[in-house]
Amino acid sequence: MAKSEVKLIGKWSSPYVARVKIALNIKSLEYEIFEENETFNPKSDLLVQSNPVYGKVPVLIHQDKPICESLIIVEYIDDTWSSSPSILPSDSYDRSVARFWAAYIDQKWFPPMQSIITVEREEERKPYFEVMEEVVEKMEEAFVKCSKGKQFFGGDKIGYLDIAFGSFLGWLSVIEHDYERKVLVEEKAPNLVKWAKRFVADPAVKGLIPETERLVKLSKALQIKWRDAIGKT
Amino acid sequence: MTDEVILLDFWPSPFGMRVRIALAEKGIKYEYKEEDLISNKSPLLLQMNPVHKKVPVLIHNGKPIAESLIAVQYIDEVWNDKSPLLPSDPYQRSQARFWADYVDKKIYEVGKNLWMKKGEEQEAAKKEFIEVIKLLEQELGDKTYFGGDKLGFVDVALIPFYTWFKGYETFGNINVEKESPKFIAWAKRCIKIESVSKSLPDQDKIYDFIVEIRKKIGIE
Repeated sequence: MAKSEVKLIGKWSSPYVARVKIALNIKSLEYEIFEENETFNPKSDLLVQSNPVYGKVPVLIHQDKPICESLIIVEYIDDTWSSSPSILPSDSYDRSVARFWAAYIDQKWFPPMQSIITVEREEERKPYFEVMEEVVEKMEEAFVKCSKGKQFFGGDKIGYLDIAFGSFLGWLSVIEHDYERKVLVEEKAPNLVKWAKRFVADPAVKGLIPETERLVKLSKALQIKWRDAIGKT
Repeated sequence: MTDEVILLDFWPSPFGMRVRIALAEKGIKYEYKEEDLISNKSPLLLQMNPVHKKVPVLIHNGKPIAESLIAVQYIDEVWNDKSPLLPSDPYQRSQARFWADYVDKKIYEVGKNLWMKKGEEQEAAKKEFIEVIKLLEQELGDKTYFGGDKLGFVDVALIPFYTWFKGYETFGNINVEKESPKFIAWAKRCIKIESVSKSLPDQDKIYDFIVEIRKKIGIE
């Protein structure tokens, strides 16, 4: 597959973009990356044209056709390059379970992280940390069920749900670092703690979860931006 | 082996309606169990959807599938011998998923604000609702259905909300047909299809339901 046939509009810091990169790596696909400006200002013409509905990354462009929304892109990659290692489980029921938990992650995991960074005082942060801890508890249970004794949510190798959840590990470490409160802890989630180490070390993932230090710097800029946005409403 | 299929649902739920349509399209026999979401969630619901405690929940041979679009995809994959809802082409599949997801993100919340809110919030909801409908109308284009010649995934995701239109239009003071005649024409085509018409309640019944809820919440 010619490199230029697959393009990805992304941002180094975005966990959603990381999901797509991991999926492309699993399929050993080459692609051309178009990096959006860190603060998203201004959005590139390519992004605006390719994702007129949301104007967000990631956008995969394959044979000049754009696909948006990270999990939809991951499914597209799995559907299109179907002969390589598969990303979604082969069993229909297992697939519905993986999709369920990925949707849960999208709903429940990032919003409290954003709020923790945005709010000013510690008491305001507490309820969001509690949400994150509840998510960890549920994902620990989900891991036991989905992995069926194996290394990853997807079994022997990383799959859809590993990608959906694992892509956030960089930002999780920012939260834990900046606010000195561990969310993914051994006592509450022994399986997930081990899984997280395996995930970031996986060949398809290596280097894609940005270093905490780099994200911490960015989170300061985002904090200003998000606080400003609230101030304006 | 005969399949045992149960649907935990609540009659006015547009999300539940999606699953009803999919089951009807595939000709699947199932047991419909009405949940009384207003007063008492059943032990079965709490057991089958402990995470969200919401309907619809599809239970296939004892195994629960929650989240309406996930359940519809599951039905499409398992009963793949007739009436495919998702296209076979990966790119078209991705587009169907994208627009169904768009419906999920936009219609329910914005529609809710039409009949629940007043003043500025309601005005903003009115503007956004019409924008959303127009964008969907644009996506439909000249096709008979979003799925092309036959009912597809996006049609199934979207048509249930049409039952809520009398409520949206009355309380939100909007006229969707005036703004988006092609959209209403599509909706009317869909409800003529048997699997759709037998799965959806009457607009009047939904309207009465909304009136009841508004009373209960104390909106006048």
